[in-house]
Amino acid sequence: MTMQPASTEITSRTVAIIQEMKGLEGPLLPILHGIQEEFGHVPKDALPVIAEALNISRAEVHGVVSFYHDYRSHPAGRHVLKLCQAESCQSMGSDAIAAKLKQLLGIGFHETTRDGSVTLEPVYCLGLCACSPAAMLDGEVIGRLDDEKLDEIVAEVRS
Amino acid sequence: MIPRIYIPGDSGALALGAEKVAKAIAAELAERGIEAKIVRNGSRGAYFLEPMVEVATANGRIAYGPVKPSDVKSLFDSGFLTGGHHKRWLGAPDKIPFLAKQTRLTFARCGVTDPLSLESYKKHGGLNGLTNALALTPAAIVAQVTESGLRGRGGAGFPTGIKWKTVLDTAGDRKYIVCNADEGDSGTFADRMIMEGDPFVLIEGMTIAGIAAGATKGFVYVRSEYPHAVAVMNKAVEVARKAGVLGASVLGSPYAFDMEIRVGAGAYVCGEETALLDSLEGKRGMVRAKPPLPAHKGLFGKPTVINNVISLASVPIIMDKGAAYYKDFGMGRSRGTIPIQIAGNVKYAGLFEAAFGMTLGEIVDEIGGGTATGRPVKAVQVGGPLGAYFPRALFDTPFDYEAFAAKDGLIGHAGIVVFDDTADMLKQARFAMEFCAIESCGKCTPCRIGSTRGVETIDRIVAGIEPEKNLALVTDLCNTMKFGSLCALGGFTPYPVMSSITHFPDDFKPAPVRVAAE
Repeated sequence: MTMQPASTEITSRTVAIIQEMKGLEGPLLPILHGIQEEFGHVPKDALPVIAEALNISRAEVHGVVSFYHDYRSHPAGRHVLKLCQAESCQSMGSDAIAAKLKQLLGIGFHETTRDGSVTLEPVYCLGLCACSPAAMLDGEVIGRLDDEKLDEIVAEVRS
Repeated sequence: MIPRIYIPGDSGALALGAEKVAKAIAAELAERGIEAKIVRNGSRGAYFLEPMVEVATANGRIAYGPVKPSDVKSLFDSGFLTGGHHKRWLGAPDKIPFLAKQTRLTFARCGVTDPLSLESYKKHGGLNGLTNALALTPAAIVAQVTESGLRGRGGAGFPTGIKWKTVLDTAGDRKYIVCNADEGDSGTFADRMIMEGDPFVLIEGMTIAGIAAGATKGFVYVRSEYPHAVAVMNKAVEVARKAGVLGASVLGSPYAFDMEIRVGAGAYVCGEETALLDSLEGKRGMVRAKPPLPAHKGLFGKPTVINNVISLASVPIIMDKGAAYYKDFGMGRSRGTIPIQIAGNVKYAGLFEAAFGMTLGEIVDEIGGGTATGRPVKAVQVGGPLGAYFPRALFDTPFDYEAFAAKDGLIGHAGIVVFDDTADMLKQARFAMEFCAIESCGKCTPCRIGSTRGVETIDRIVAGIEPEKNLALVTDLCNTMKFGSLCALGGFTPYPVMSSITHFPDDFKPAPVRVAAE
């Protein structure tokens, strides 16, 4: 079980990030990226702090957070595996790759394994279309996925 | 002379193991006590040969590929530092047929130079365009870009010079140059390659745009799926600032221009220019109704040039060699070169920059070498998830904005995805609708609701429920989406759906017939 930081701690760390970014033109997305990098997700308690600092409503902040696929409302697993499901990868069998990976990990898309080791997500194009099917594990790119590479990935996220 | 070894740091090469190869080479150099300089260049785009390692020899560069970490010891034993023969030996990289057949204008330096060395950039013709531009009036720069015939490489094909002129002619206390690097289309990676392999060409192009349109600030909006491109662009902007290419006085001129790299947050619709502007402003990426045009009221309501990466990266060569030089390439109203990205189930996948006018068949069969699986080509999707599926019968279509439009398709960002005969076009049509439903910004009804109803209706065809009636319904729905949507997401989703229905009718026949036909 991942420990959630106490609300006051979230506030103080959020304020520090806002201070750093507030001078930018259109600072909301950079602030949210900073918060997600800090906490691994965008904690609910951070939203009123941002709203207050940028002089916008909490609803507006929530609207932005919920619009973008990247922002998480809950912490992800220790590893995040993004599997490309777009056309180029489809043409090279990404459906079968996804099915096999779901079976190996025992989870579906947008789910985290019970031990918290890995979160599996679909992604629509990593720009690696010349080496499909492709994936991204914790920001590292992997091309031409096959059974061998899937086994390596599974071994890595379980270690 | 210390030997120089080039190992691509491009994401595509990294995805194929370039980092492991780099580590193995560094370890081998240390073990053998050889002093050498490792340069992490971009990719030349021949991904079937990546990781492609090059060495600078007395007789020019020699390439080896695809190199595996297990090849490294034997490469050293074969004397690869002086171009020695080895089973991975490819010879001079510019003689490799896939690369030799190209016309590299925008990608001239990509894979050749050190992406973060401004010296290396200048040595290969970099900054000539900006230097020439500084000697001209803004109106003269705009005229030269207009004269070159350059059209938006993001997909819409709008003349770049006209866009710039509108911003130049619009009064504003502040104007912006925004680079659309939200390259979300499957099958495309040209923007990524330029940002990772030759970031200064984009910076130079944006700076020229700033001077031409009277803007002092630029933003590059890069998708979050491209962390390596973001890192390289950020470093390149730092280097350019220190060297005085960016800042209060561009190359010592009275012009000021600076830029920031911004990262998206995983929304495909932000590749649409007005949604991108809203996202930059810190809002939900919702599409704006036009007018007003971004050129009149764009970012923060100010006059804004918004161009794709490749459009902007093509400007330096136009300002360097002249409009006539660039315009000389191409056909009809499609002038210059286009970086075609050959992807999916194809033998020789990669980036192929060529003048407009090659036929789809030449690209798929001759350059791409057919499918990777060795099976017959069934369909080719051109222009990303909103592009039409072309059957072999249309392979004589030349790569040109108008020629593709005439065949109910689009060239989009010039990505082509090849499918072999195992592809189920009904499934592909369903995916197009599903993707639109996932990524719709929700502002207009045809896109938001139409895509969901589209998935449901196609599912009824699959289930054999009144298939003919439901197929007619999908066609009618596509018509509504095409003409009723606010932007290209809902408006172009009908292209892959209708082209699948039109060109591959057998895949839409009711299940019992489909089984019997096999």
